[in-house]
Amino acid sequence: MTMADIGLYLAAICLLIGAAFTLVGAIGLIKLDDAMKRLHAPTKVGTMGIGALLLGSIIVSFARGGSSIHELLIMAFLFATAPISANFISKVNIHRRCCDETPELQGGQTWSTLVEREEDKAVKEKA
Amino acid sequence: MIRFFNWLFPHPFLTLLLTVVWVLLQNEFSAGMAVFGLILGIVIPRATAVWWPDRPVGFKLGKMLSYICLVIWDILVANVQVAWVVLTRSNKDMKSAWIVVPLELRSPEALTVLAGTITLTPGTVSADISDKGRFLLVHALHAPDPDAVCDDIKSRYEARLKEIFV
Repeated sequence: MTMADIGLYLAAICLLIGAAFTLVGAIGLIKLDDAMKRLHAPTKVGTMGIGALLLGSIIVSFARGGSSIHELLIMAFLFATAPISANFISKVNIHRRCCDETPELQGGQTWSTLVEREEDKAVKEKA
Repeated sequence: MIRFFNWLFPHPFLTLLLTVVWVLLQNEFSAGMAVFGLILGIVIPRATAVWWPDRPVGFKLGKMLSYICLVIWDILVANVQVAWVVLTRSNKDMKSAWIVVPLELRSPEALTVLAGTITLTPGTVSADISDKGRFLLVHALHAPDPDAVCDDIKSRYEARLKEIFV
């Protein structure tokens, strides 16, 4: 067995792991019942699923004698953007009250999503 | 000399990052491309320096790298745990909970990294921050003991980030 063969097997294992976690993420999206709970499923796909698939891609390129590592960039951009979209979705959930009640804070602070702003009040009075 | 260096590299870390990203984008290493990446890495921070008024001081790159390794390891472990929870527990058994994490960090960059880390680690999503930035609202998928999760976040991530962003 040459190095290229070992590389291909490793890549196959990576692809299987990635596919399995993507499947679990999809199952979670269907199975979970609460909007906030459902948010947890895609984070698995975004990290482990895509990560393992990209690792497989890197291994294949090295097994074939090349060198391709710009998959790392895809990973980096995903890691930088995924939390922001998750944060936006959870902010919408809090704002529309379609999840459990958020805990109260002591010391006169509120969660920034629930702060009543002056311009919001003006719009409410008009309506 | 130091003033010239500060003028040329308003953000040394951004310069390094842009160079590395440029070389990675090319996908094959050559000296010419590295030099061109370095030129981009000098020109872009210089040209956009007006919009980055606060120079990040005391950013520890070495500790950041070890922090990234720790986070990747945590992501691997948490992925398996959460996949197990999703597959085996019914919706009723799942104890999802809001967790309020009191923050000691104050710098916006550090807070962004902390919130991003919490979201990337499966099982927890950072949802909101209090209006004065003193508390972080985290949603956990399955947390039988919410205080333990809070302590974990504080000791594992926040304490390290406090050393990175001085």
